Amino acid sequence: MLAAVSRVLAGAARKPASRVLVASRSFASDATFEIRKCDLHRLEEGPPETAVLTREDGLRYYKMMQTVRRLELKADQLYKQKIIRGFCHLCDGQEACCVGLEAGINPTDHLITAYRAHGFTFTRGLTVREILAELTGRRGGCAKGKGGSMHMYAKNFYGGNGIVGAQVPLGAGIALACKYNGKEEVCLTLYGDGAANQGQIFEAYNMAALWKLPCIFICENNRYGMGTSVERAAASTDYYKRGDFIPGLRVDGMDVLCVREATKFAAAHCRAGKGPILMELQTYRYHGHSMSDPGVSYRTREEIQEVRSKSDPIMLLKDRMVNNDLASVEELKEIDVEVRKEIEDAAQFATADPEPPLEELGYHIYCNDPPFEVRGANQWIKFKSVS
Amino acid sequence: MDEELERDEKVFLLGEEVAQYDGAYKVSRGLWKKYGDKRIIDTPISEMGFAGIAVGAAMAGLRPICEFMTFNFSMQAIDQVINSAAKTYYMSAGLQPVPIVFRGPNGASAGVAAQHSQCFAAWYGHCPGLKVVSPWNSEDAKGLIKSAIRDNNPVVMLENELMYGVAFELPEAAQSKDFLVPIGKAKIERPGTHITVVSHSRPVGHCLEAATVLSKEGIECEVINMRTIRPMDIETIEASVMKTNHLVTVEGGWPQFGVGAEISARIMEGPAFNYLDAPAVRVTGADVPMPYAKILEDNSVPQVKDIIFAIKKALNI
Repeated sequence: MLAAVSRVLAGAARKPASRVLVASRSFASDATFEIRKCDLHRLEEGPPETAVLTREDGLRYYKMMQTVRRLELKADQLYKQKIIRGFCHLCDGQEACCVGLEAGINPTDHLITAYRAHGFTFTRGLTVREILAELTGRRGGCAKGKGGSMHMYAKNFYGGNGIVGAQVPLGAGIALACKYNGKEEVCLTLYGDGAANQGQIFEAYNMAALWKLPCIFICENNRYGMGTSVERAAASTDYYKRGDFIPGLRVDGMDVLCVREATKFAAAHCRAGKGPILMELQTYRYHGHSMSDPGVSYRTREEIQEVRSKSDPIMLLKDRMVNNDLASVEELKEIDVEVRKEIEDAAQFATADPEPPLEELGYHIYCNDPPFEVRGANQWIKFKSVS
Repeated sequence: MDEELERDEKVFLLGEEVAQYDGAYKVSRGLWKKYGDKRIIDTPISEMGFAGIAVGAAMAGLRPICEFMTFNFSMQAIDQVINSAAKTYYMSAGLQPVPIVFRGPNGASAGVAAQHSQCFAAWYGHCPGLKVVSPWNSEDAKGLIKSAIRDNNPVVMLENELMYGVAFELPEAAQSKDFLVPIGKAKIERPGTHITVVSHSRPVGHCLEAATVLSKEGIECEVINMRTIRPMDIETIEASVMKTNHLVTVEGGWPQFGVGAEISARIMEGPAFNYLDAPAVRVTGADVPMPYAKILEDNSVPQVKDIIFAIKKALNI
């Protein structure tokens, strides 16, 4: 009890006065929760069926998921204002996936995904400022405005890929490099239920298994590939089994703890040199496929509402924490306020930051090359290309 | 497509979201409701697979229209387009035709960045055995798709997403169910005397805009809408150059090995070369992967001002 009080008071010393009231209450330092048993394919045992959540981790996961949520909603707003252009694929509803996966690996591990990538870009370490400024196409964006929504990169995060399925062989290749380098790193290679029918994925499965690559194939199954439901696209919708000879697990993708435990399990499998493994995360997106898709011509509003009210990942975590004395409602509300402010500040930056300079149009065509001339719209328009 | 589906029951459409979603860009709106599952088929996201399936169906006598959601995704299936469709009639010495149409939006859109903005006119136009068409306006689109479907050869139709939403006045003749635009014939959209400006797809509109501006300065441009990339109607271009003595080509794709490069080479090989008073000038997309930021994107595609500049340079004004 004393230890808890002193820890809490120590925390209070760093925070403004309003916090002292909250901090004077003591919380549990952790709690244990039951998580859904994963369906297994070619595995004798799966991840544990309980998970321990510390207060610290809980607050961190909550803040991260809330940040992704508000980031996506802000992107929606900016897109409707035409400040974001082109393609914009939002992942609100799927926050437990990016946050849970990150919680199960190390920063030195690797991750690659497709175009619904804003959440991963954040969990892999970029700031909301850099992300929003990239979405608005400004020089402060993580790709200096050259890439946009689908082409954001960070250390050990290989994007952000526009061509459905192409990222999967890439991920297997990153895993090959991991094995080659011998540092027991793994690569999380993500794709959706729509992409799961791409031939190149099966080619990647085969080689990853043959060569025992430390590749965790992850199917983020949100039930719809653009406007096509899983039943209309796949002869088998048991995505966790479609690696055939690759062991698989089907995970509750709306529960951040379930995702975390499954990821730890999968990573351990790969690090032990057992070869690839496949995880299917059952999740849901609230928005349509992209901002051009209202998302209600192929699914009902009732379905969307049902998921929101019963399975929202942020709500699930919040309820668990509040009901088990890991946090208070007020405290979580304060985090909400903090997150909103952070996103608002980032959006202001992203809207005010200037576009990249025209002189840089030709930059970064090649790597490590001496500068050369790039032809513009006609032979008299020239741009300099610098590596 | 509706008219051709009605006319010939061997015609069918397959691709991603073409049926129940009414088409990613609503091009096939209403078709599934009218023709059902047998003739309008939603495929999984498996380009290589369904393109191959479409080619196989064509080999067996059906007349498929295979839609690529954009031609960027056709790269995943390009082996089937070239090796299985384009070359087969030749390899079989005339035994095995492949009456297939590959269609979809091509080239730059707005803010869709590098992987979604490539123009494939030069890539597909390079291959013997393929026919490649590139409509600009509604008349082109209607007439060319019908000709493509009725053609017994593999035809690649490069549409343009930004043009889908543009309305054009459709002349009386074009409203007929049997209105066809012949493949392999260019159209002079605007006659002129001082310079020949050749283009295809959306840039044709930019050329006409440039021509209007220049007309006020006393420069009359002859604007040619290629309509077909392969087989190229070089004769129409030659006849025009022999009249105007100057040539500017305009395309959205990259300059190197592009449509303008081919036109320039052919002009040099033919009778029109001796009529040129200045070298041919090419206006193209910038030689970079398409950037996302608006200012960079705007400067990576040919704008009206770039066309005007090129025309004046060619005319030495």
